[in-house]
Amino acid sequence: MKVLDRKKLFLVNSILLALLVLSAAACTLLGPVRLDLSQALTHLFSSNPDAEILLRARLPRVLLGVAIGGGMAACGVVLQALLGNPLACPQMLGVSGGASLGGILGIIFFPNWLLPIASGRLGEISWIPLAAFLGALLSMILVYRFSLFHGRLHPYHLLLSGVILNSFIAAVIMFLNSIVDFYQAQGLLFWLMGSLSTRAYLTVGFIWLYILVGFLWLWSKGVSLNLITLGEDAAMYLGVEPGALQRQVFIASSLMIGAMVSVSGMIGFVGLMVPHVMRLLIGSDHRLLLPASFLAGGIFLCWADTFARILLAPAELPVGIVTAFFGGPFFLFLLYREGRRSLGL
Amino acid sequence: MNAIHTHNLTFGYKNRPVLHGVSLSVAGGEMLAILGPNGSGKTTLLKIFSGVLRGQGELKIKGKNIESYSRRELSQFFAVVQQEARVNFPYSAAEIVLMARASYHSPLTLENRHDLEVARTSMDLTDSLAFADRYLHELSGGEKQRVMIARALAQEPEILLLDEPSAFLDLRHQIQMFELLSRLNRERRLTIVAALHDLNLAALFFPRLVMLCNGRIHRDGAPGEVLTEKTIQDVYGIRVRIEHDSATKKPQLFIRPSVS
Repeated sequence: MKVLDRKKLFLVNSILLALLVLSAAACTLLGPVRLDLSQALTHLFSSNPDAEILLRARLPRVLLGVAIGGGMAACGVVLQALLGNPLACPQMLGVSGGASLGGILGIIFFPNWLLPIASGRLGEISWIPLAAFLGALLSMILVYRFSLFHGRLHPYHLLLSGVILNSFIAAVIMFLNSIVDFYQAQGLLFWLMGSLSTRAYLTVGFIWLYILVGFLWLWSKGVSLNLITLGEDAAMYLGVEPGALQRQVFIASSLMIGAMVSVSGMIGFVGLMVPHVMRLLIGSDHRLLLPASFLAGGIFLCWADTFARILLAPAELPVGIVTAFFGGPFFLFLLYREGRRSLGL
Repeated sequence: MNAIHTHNLTFGYKNRPVLHGVSLSVAGGEMLAILGPNGSGKTTLLKIFSGVLRGQGELKIKGKNIESYSRRELSQFFAVVQQEARVNFPYSAAEIVLMARASYHSPLTLENRHDLEVARTSMDLTDSLAFADRYLHELSGGEKQRVMIARALAQEPEILLLDEPSAFLDLRHQIQMFELLSRLNRERRLTIVAALHDLNLAALFFPRLVMLCNGRIHRDGAPGEVLTEKTIQDVYGIRVRIEHDSATKKPQLFIRPSVS
């Protein structure tokens, strides 16, 4: 019997982690400006242009990309498990829309709110991730309530009401965008498009914190996630309380999606494609699938963002375009191949 | 002590009552089939027994109210084989069977050697070890059902509920499955309650039959008492001839088509 054992768990994650570290290092060195690494490293903390680019521009961006790619992939995995649908993703559930709306309302009405860290001694941080989290959570609760009949969650209704809510929120965002003044509208648009471009280490650190907390919470539910893919009834027979699991997964993934949308907007295809590919490669046991997808998502977005930076240098592409260019055709191919296989062709 | 005991159990959706005052006791180690036409409440009754649906009235499992058990506790002595297994993700048969061990190990650990041993034994019992490493969605209906029974056995249950377990099996696999259930019932004193459509097979393999009709118990007893020409006429509205097989002494139905 081939089943998940310690060796496989350790081996797959170690290989992916090594690849992630290598990718992050390579992507930090790659860019439109050639870096003199020896110059940068010898004058790491003095004002040297090479060190500045390395530490101020590239490194935080790569770290942010890894967190967001990993977070998107992990959220994709758990939402797919919960809905029993391998094609579910955060965009389909109205969560990303809710996060965007939450962030936008925050920017319009309380643009200058900051959350002090350690009573301001360590600096201050934007409260927009929190607003986006609240937006994500509210929209998830809404979609959840509209799909709950007789205390049972109906995945079909969940998907449909999520898609409807997302379209509705898109209209609300456009409406808000047309009633604010020109400068604010510019700012909103910029925020909505999202990018991984230079952020302060403090922001990057906080995004990592949000994402790591959510991820560890989800990872601890690995066994229950395995069971819930068999349907609510089967999960109950095997000892899982589906309602409690659903609520926890929704809160944890809202936390992550809120944080991600607040800095980078919704970057498409990572949450859909990475889990799918990982399932083909390593199987569906969530105790392995979750960390492996997190690492693979980090690797994927790290490289996608590097392409976005250097492809049209010195101009920069939004990273979502790169992920869609890779992800769209690849995903269609996968679906086609699976369709043929299921027909025995 | 009774494995399952209900008194005056009632269940209904808003305008559609499904069960009316069902009182039934299943002793530990008993093997019982629940029969009845579509919509008579068989599946609902099983879902109430397993705690998926909550009815009004008394329901005691092993002498205690069902509400006093957590899902995890229930899953350690109560296993269910569903009508049809839905698996949308690529899991191997062995992985599916091992999921039965979830309530025995901590959510943060992998299955230990004992869990693997229990899974292997259960698959061996149901003749499904040969395709342990194949994906479940690649298996035939019969193979899939044997994996599902193996999963239920891997929970090491005292009570096994089955909801039309033979619906997708050919005759040979049906007989094999019922023989396996009889053996488990004899050798391990496993309490078995199965909802069935096939009255002849039920009469052959189950010592006690309960006939449901419109959410009520119509007849409860040995095959000879339950399967009578009158009962079938009353419950299913069809005319049949019933004869006792000379070898097994069990009643068997012969159907007379109304057009011939």
